[in-house]
Order: sequence, then structure tokens, then C-alpha cells
Amino acid sequence: MFKKKECVAMLLAGGQGSRLYALTDKTAKPAVTFGGKYRIIDFPLSNCINSGLDTVGVLTQYQPLVLNEYIGTGLPWDLDRNYGGVKILPPYQAKDGADWYSGTANAIYQNMQFIERYDAEYVLILSGDHIYHMDYSKMIDYHKETGAACTIAVLDVPLSEASRFGIMSTYDDGTIYKFTEKPKNPDSTKASMGIYVFTRKKLFDYLIADAKDPNSANDFGKNIIPTMLGAGEKMMAYSFEGYWKDVGTIDSLWEANMDILGEEPVLKLHDGKHRVLSRHENAPPQYVGPHAVIENASITEGCEILGTVKNSVLGENVRVLEGAVVEDAVIMGDCIIHEGAHVSYAIIDREVKICKGAVVGKPRGEAKGITVIGEGVVIEENGIAKDGEIISDKGGAM
Amino acid sequence: MTAAGIIFSNIHDATVPELTSRRTMASIPFGGRYRLIDFALSNMVNSGISKVGLITHYNYQSLLDHIGNGKDWDLARRTGGIKILPPFITAYDNATAGRLYSTRLEAIMGVMNFIDRCTEDVLVLSDCDVICNVDIASAMKLHEKRGADFTLITTTVDTAVQSLDSHAQLPVADETGRVIDMAEYNGEQGSVKVCADIWIVNRTYLKRVVSEAVAHGYKSFYKDVIMRNLAKDKIYAHEYDGFFARINSLESYFRCSMRLLDPVNRVNLFYRRNQPIFTKVRNSVPTRYTGDAKVSGSMIADGCIIEGTVENSILFRGVKVGKGTVVKNSILMQDTVTGDNVRLSSVITDKNVVIRDGRELCGCESMPFYIGKGVMV
Repeated sequence: MFKKKECVAMLLAGGQGSRLYALTDKTAKPAVTFGGKYRIIDFPLSNCINSGLDTVGVLTQYQPLVLNEYIGTGLPWDLDRNYGGVKILPPYQAKDGADWYSGTANAIYQNMQFIERYDAEYVLILSGDHIYHMDYSKMIDYHKETGAACTIAVLDVPLSEASRFGIMSTYDDGTIYKFTEKPKNPDSTKASMGIYVFTRKKLFDYLIADAKDPNSANDFGKNIIPTMLGAGEKMMAYSFEGYWKDVGTIDSLWEANMDILGEEPVLKLHDGKHRVLSRHENAPPQYVGPHAVIENASITEGCEILGTVKNSVLGENVRVLEGAVVEDAVIMGDCIIHEGAHVSYAIIDREVKICKGAVVGKPRGEAKGITVIGEGVVIEENGIAKDGEIISDKGGAM
Repeated sequence: MTAAGIIFSNIHDATVPELTSRRTMASIPFGGRYRLIDFALSNMVNSGISKVGLITHYNYQSLLDHIGNGKDWDLARRTGGIKILPPFITAYDNATAGRLYSTRLEAIMGVMNFIDRCTEDVLVLSDCDVICNVDIASAMKLHEKRGADFTLITTTVDTAVQSLDSHAQLPVADETGRVIDMAEYNGEQGSVKVCADIWIVNRTYLKRVVSEAVAHGYKSFYKDVIMRNLAKDKIYAHEYDGFFARINSLESYFRCSMRLLDPVNRVNLFYRRNQPIFTKVRNSVPTRYTGDAKVSGSMIADGCIIEGTVENSILFRGVKVGKGTVVKNSILMQDTVTGDNVRLSSVITDKNVVIRDGRELCGCESMPFYIGKGVMV
């Protein structure tokens, strides 16, 4: 038995995130650790439950192990439901053959059955690589009020940056008349956030047509949206205001992590009714040693700080031993920074060991770029990881 | 050998009236993010027990809130799992109507139904005023090998570190570990071997001896069930040598808590291999230290915001330390908020306490200054 759901959310979480390099060697981008005790996917998942959406399909493809384990039954987000809840939707074999998801639209196309089971009238398409709080229910209401076939969430960006995004040109009432992917000379500053609400019938019609087109890349941004615009469907832009960040690059991931620091953080993890929920380990409280120095940092359970931590975000079970210095760094979890080691301007993935006296990166002012240390890497005693270098664990079990 | 657990949530509540006036002993907050029951429950779960009966008495709302469906201890099970055993009062029985159990023996009689329906070979019984991380599985193996009826977990404490009261039972064991006598604590100082108030007992044996004791009108579990049977039954001691603390006064609560700030104790209690201490998950954000924060020798849970100085203290989840504020040798429970330029020394604040700007509060180690739940100073 399935209960009818007015709206079903489909979360695209299959992307590799190749611009995160070593951080996504063993993990899909949505499962990358963020802000100490979160994963990127916690943001859209928490937004769903905070918006009253209790049926979420998560489309996975690339390195799904960690992601699948992390989502589990959906309990941390209260999405372990008898009716609805969170469901992992991997590519599958069918009577007519087996296909990987060839694009974002194809992933939804292959799972139309999932949406039909709940007899949903609206479909919310989300992606698993953005950090933001948003009440989707307001966007869905807007979609219903305007009677659009498709509503796209847009963010006002500075004109100078507009050429990095998909830009929507709209009339005053929000109707979209033009969509350009990464325009050279943008005529609007409304950037698509990759969040779409579709009326189900319209979505299915265009997905089926798109699947029949051998020349299509089966992508929402490249194919479905332009085709719908071209066919004269009513497309609306829904303006969003607030913190939103694409964490698809090393720099933006580092910056977004730093946004949770300070006296008045730019990104508030718990902001009124917007709470970010996550699955976390059961670790004891953090311990700060007698000679520790901590300034402007975010530190979570299981950490042991005996050295110095400045302007940094530390995940679960990170140990910074006597005389070690960590500054301007993001350390994801289960890492140990041994005595006298120095880590600056770096992102360090899980289970990394930095041995005594090792030097990772250079101070932020002097460094060429952020140093990235991949999961499971060991930096030997007095070893050096150069500024801007990306080190991954090639010798590992993968 | 299969085992089920029984936890006494209220025994010895009266020793810490400040902390138990609105909660059970089991739900006293401890160690930054735990409640006392977490230690008893984790010990059981870590030794493979998947059915636990929780005997409650009164004031158990906070306990139910903490336990929920038992999921955080992996005890939300179709088969077994956690069973809350509220007081058993028969509506039509004038003799017991309105009267709750007053001794451990009566408490066990009250849950005889639960014990009857268990199919496990042994029961592990535990109090909540003891804080330890015991490998009960090994003790159970030895219990079986010895063909014991009853195994008492014992530990050796230094009275300079851990105060004892008359509730403490001192077993005397022979070289094989068999208990030959027991005594109540009578004030001796130094190294003392005491019962940890965790017992492993054969289920059918417990049913028999408890019924016998009740039939004779006996009252005391230690004196009447254990001591009277020492000669004829196989009652053994099993020594535990890890971190051990027992809460028997507000002062001992303060001292036991402060012992966690010693790295050796902290590792002994929380980092035993394959024996993690579980607790209820609260979705707190990580703790945020601002540029002015100065923290040393402290244990700090998630969800705190620290803008001032914290020394040698324990901060529970969601505590705020304002600008220019100095917190020394203190325990601030969940969601305590201190304003700016506050001075706290040897203070225990219960949950949701608010301390306004500029206040200076000071206790001492043997008499910590306690501020009750929800009070604004």
C-alpha cells in the first residue's frame, strides 16, 4: 500500500565531483564531510524534512557505499517512515536492458515508477552539492499559485560572477523567457540554483520525449529546461535570498567551512527552524588540554586538543597533540596530528595521520593554494606536503 | 549462555537530593553529554545483552525522555530491546495500593512477571549510581566456568579519591574468588574492596532465593539474599580494575566529574576497545570558539559557544560562555547560559540556568555551589 504524496523530492546524488580531486576518490560528492559533523547531503535532506517533505528518492551512481551507509534507514532525518521516507535509487537492470544514469534527466526518467507509486502531483528536483537552508514548501506553494509547468529557484548573483552560472532572464512577474548556460555577456543576474519544481504530468511528457531523442545529453540544464522553454511552457523563477554555496571546488568547500566560524557566522548551522540533522558517531565530549590554544574554531565530539588550533574546522575524533599547530584548515574526522606537526591552509580528509614534525601547506598569506590530503594518507615523520599539493592514497585498498 | 539485564533506576536517589529532586538517579547528567544510566546500559549492550528491563520508581519522565525507544543503544528491537518496568500496583489490592516498593527485594518482586517471561539463563542486575566500563561478557564466561549461582562484580577503591558510605558492601573472598563473608563499610581508610553493585545471577536461582526471602519477610537484598546463602550457594566475586566512581553526595558528584579531566581516567572510561559508552543523540552543532576564547584542561560537549575563559571545567551541550567571563573548576549542565564578565568557581549549574552579566559565584571543592534547574541568577 502506498499513500498519496502531493510532492516527492528527487535528490541527484550520483555525481563524482571530480573538481574535489582526492576528496572524492572513495566517496561521492554528497557524502563529503562538511562543517565537522555533517555531510553535504545533510543540507538538502534536512531542508526536505524542515519543509514537511517526507518522501525523498536519492539517486546514486558514483561510489555509493559511504553514501548508502550514511543514509541508512533515514533515521537521523526522521525519514524512516512506513509510508514514504528516504529511498536509495541506484541504476538497475530491467527487462529491456540495464543502463547507467546517462544524465540528470535520465536518472529521473528511469525512476518515474517511483514517483508514480506515490501518485505525486509535483516533483521537486534537488542536487546534493549545495550548502543552504531553504523552505521548499514556499517554493512549491509559489509553483501551485502561478500554475507553472516548472519553477526554478534562482539566486541574485553579482553581474561579474553571472557567467559561471545558468542564467535566467525573466519578466517582472517572474516568468522566464530565456535561459543561458554560463553566458559570456549575461543580461540577468538570476542564477539557477539547480532546484526545480515540476508538475508531474509535464515532467513525464518531456522526460519521455527526451529519452527518445538520441542526440540528447539527458540533462535538465542542457535539454529539458531549454526544450520546455522552446515549447512555450509556463516557466517561473522563484527568488531565494540567503546563504547558498556550491561546494563543488576545493576553494569553495574551504570557504563554506570557514563560514561557520566567527562571532556572527555567515552560515548558521541552526537557524531558527532550520536545523541541519546528521548521522553522527557516539563520541565522548571534546577534551581541551592544559596547554591548548584554541582561537576562532569549530570543534566537535571526540576531539582531543593538546596543541594549537586557529581559524579551523575540526570533525569528529581529531587529535591535535602537544606542540602541533593547525591553522586555516578543515580536518574532516578520525585524524591525528602528531607532536610538532604544522598544518596550514589545508583540507584534510578522514583517517589521515600526520606524523611528528611534518609540515602540511604554507601559511595562508604565502601559499599558492590549498593543500589537500586524501582519505587514509599518512604524512611521514618530518615529511612535507607542499602548498597547493593534492595527495591521495593511491596505494590503498581501492 | 544467554543474558538479560535489569537496571534499578532509583536506588540510592536520596543520597543526592539536589540532583534527584526532579529526576531519577539514572537520569543525572554526567560527563558532558551522558546520563548515569548510559554506563549501566552500555555495559550491558557491549556484553551482548539485547533485552533490558528498566525498573522505575518515581520522577521518571526525564528518564523516559532520555531512553526513548532505546534506538541510541541499539535496543529498539522487535525481540527483546528495552522494556520500561514502571511500579506495579494492583488497583484492587488494599495492602499494596498506593504504596511503591521501598527495598531492592520488593523491586525485584514487582518485576517477577518480566523475569518469568525471560528465557535467558542469567540476569545481569545493575544500579545507576556507579560509573564504570565493565567487560561483563568476560565476567559471565567465568561465572559459567565456575558453575556459580551468583557473581558480584567488585572493585578496589582508594577512599582518598572515592568516598564511601554505609551503602557500600565489602565482600571477603577466598583465594578461589568465592565470597565467604560480607561487611558494611564502617569508615576504614585507604584501599578498600567494595561491591560495584553489578551482579550476574542465574535467573531461576534468583527467582527461588528472592521468593524465599520474601516468604520469610526479609527486607535486604545483600543481608538476606546474598549473605544468608553464602555458605550453601556458589557466590563468587569478580574483580574489575578500570575506572570506577560512585555518586553518593553532591560533593562526590563534583569530585567524580572532575576525575574525568585526568586523561588516564578519561581514556579508561570512554576509550576501552569495543566498549564505547552510548548516549542519546542530540542534534547539536559543533562547539564554536571565538577569537577571544581561552580554554584549558576542560571537557566540552557539542553545541557550546565559547567567547570567554574556561579552565578545568566540564561543559554540557549547548552551554554559552559570554565575553570576559571566566569559568573555573565548574560543571555547567545542558543549556546553561552565562552573560558577559561573569566569574564562576567551583559551581554546579543544573540544566537551563541563566547567569546574568557581571555575577560572581564561588563555591569550594568540598562544598560546590549548586544552582537548581532553570534558575536565573
